[in-house]
Amino acid sequence: MGDFFELQTVTKTFGAYQAVNNATIIIKKGEVFSLLGPSGCGKTTLLRIAAGFEQPDQGRVILDGRDITALPPNERQINTVFQNYALFPHLTVWDNIAFGLKIAGRSRQFIKAEVERMLDLIDLGEHAYKKPAMISGGQKQRVAIARALINKPQVLLLDEPLGALDLKLRQRMLLELDRIHDEVGISFLYVTHDQGEAMSLSDRIAVMNRGRIEQTGAPVEIYEAPKSSFVAAFIGDTNFLESGKVVEQFPDGYCRLQLDGFPKVICYNDNNHAVGEPVVISVRPEKLRVSFDEPADRQYHNKVRGQVEDIIYFGSETKYFVRVQDYRLSVFQQNIHFLLEERQIKWNDEVWISWHGNDSYMLQRYTPEDERLLAVPDPMI
Amino acid sequence: MTLNRPPKRSPEWWLTLPSLGWLALFFLIPAALIFLIAFRPALPNGGIGAGWSLAAVKSLLDPSYPMVIWRTIWVSASATALCLGLGVPVAYYIARLPAAKRRWVLLLIILPFWSNFLIRILAWQTLLHSEGPLKQTLELLHIMDPRTTLLYNVWVVLTVLVYTELPFAILPIYAAAEKFDFSLLDAARDLGASQFRAFWTVFLPGIKRGLLTALLVVLIPAFGTYAITDLVGGTQAEMIGNVIARRVLSDKNYPQASALSAALCLVILTPMLVALFTQRRKPKAQTSNSN
Repeated sequence: MGDFFELQTVTKTFGAYQAVNNATIIIKKGEVFSLLGPSGCGKTTLLRIAAGFEQPDQGRVILDGRDITALPPNERQINTVFQNYALFPHLTVWDNIAFGLKIAGRSRQFIKAEVERMLDLIDLGEHAYKKPAMISGGQKQRVAIARALINKPQVLLLDEPLGALDLKLRQRMLLELDRIHDEVGISFLYVTHDQGEAMSLSDRIAVMNRGRIEQTGAPVEIYEAPKSSFVAAFIGDTNFLESGKVVEQFPDGYCRLQLDGFPKVICYNDNNHAVGEPVVISVRPEKLRVSFDEPADRQYHNKVRGQVEDIIYFGSETKYFVRVQDYRLSVFQQNIHFLLEERQIKWNDEVWISWHGNDSYMLQRYTPEDERLLAVPDPMI
Repeated sequence: MTLNRPPKRSPEWWLTLPSLGWLALFFLIPAALIFLIAFRPALPNGGIGAGWSLAAVKSLLDPSYPMVIWRTIWVSASATALCLGLGVPVAYYIARLPAAKRRWVLLLIILPFWSNFLIRILAWQTLLHSEGPLKQTLELLHIMDPRTTLLYNVWVVLTVLVYTELPFAILPIYAAAEKFDFSLLDAARDLGASQFRAFWTVFLPGIKRGLLTALLVVLIPAFGTYAITDLVGGTQAEMIGNVIARRVLSDKNYPQASALSAALCLVILTPMLVALFTQRRKPKAQTSNSN
């Protein structure tokens, strides 16, 4: 699997607004690659540049070794599944799917055979002669995918394809997309603001923020080792411990940090910060253990004492909010025991929280602008 | 499917009574009267005689009519085609403008209606008159012979007809284009269509209703036009409307005028009714398909 579809150092400005800033993504053949970010981060602009609807101010678009930056959308071997499907309302499902092949001037028998193959793939044969207005959202979605795939594109672009569907349908369509990808085996470039979709579907993810690519990597890398606090906060839930300062370094890469309003903690020193340097660390709620009994002392383990402020019980797991000095930590605990026979943690209980020094990460601090982006709820939800 | 069906029609139709009454009183009954009068004898002094007669209907076979009817058809059809041809790009352009600018452009299109229809035609007469600015300029430039005239031919009628009807074509097409989802054009381009092909295969079908409305709104008045031909067309450009007007105003032969009007009415109504019934059958076929 070599590099196949590349957007190289792409920059795009609309008036005074810089939508995409020096973004590079490299998609391998057959890979599902997601562009993930809040609305307004530039991911849709980047997708439109990939499709050919927008010309980048700088940068190049490369498909299979060929520079296609200047090619109009109809001359690219790339097809798009649009956000609101953009099915042609005056054509039946059958004619919508056949559209690309008809434009290409393929023979009638060929079109018939291919459309039937596609209807089979999306399992919509019985609705072939209906107009788009007469089928459901999930069915429209599948028609949009079939209409794009029938042209045998080298890359399929998907712009928030599940955004208009309800939660149940979204989960079903995710499995469906995964199945379709396994069957056709081409590269997918998937644009979404939903980290759940991106994580479950993608081989790799690029997290975008304010026109820049913040981090590219496999879902597990992005989640477990976020490079910036923006990525850490955008993907999943996390606890930030700010205003830290390295006070002591250990020989095997760990260090001790002093924090304002929090006990001293031990953290793996990813970035080799020297003593005295300021740092921010992040620790995911599920990495924290909560217990009544004081955990035994172990090397590079942290343990702090706090008071339970809030409990949200989800059945399979429980979320605790625990006050530790100036911080309110969120802790996610799997309920692996029969809780009714346990001594249950209640509001205002004094508890211990513990985690290994390697379960927290040092981050680049995020700006107030990032904070604003994270706080604004995405209108598509 | 049963869930999607609209609830049974309740007494809502009562609400249409006033307009139905209006239409019956001032449209249906007069139309029926015209059809009736066509079968009455004409009196020499201009009145309508008692009893029945086929004289007026037979007068439709007048040898001078086919020429006039043919001219009426081709002038109206050309005017309609030109109005649609010019209206579609204009409507497309306005629909793609930012909403704030759209209002101003629409205002500009509606603006000519603020002056009287006859005055606007007289303005054309002045403009094209032998002493008028256009003719004078063309003579000075030796493009036109001083002995010829710009006025009183069928091309002037066509031009003025397009001029008066164009806003009526633009407005319904714009109303349809404004509701058109322009991302469909992106989708067509994405699927391999050139800009022209996307426009032709996706945009035009998308505004079909607007085009149909524009077609009717332009074609029907064009068929009946007589003021334009009277003022700028002269006798060589006479259309069926002028003949009807002459039968009423100078000949005072109401049965013959009625026969011509009724014939014109049928020529327009028949294709419309055919279109209406074929349109109606379509959705029915689809509903039964989906069950």
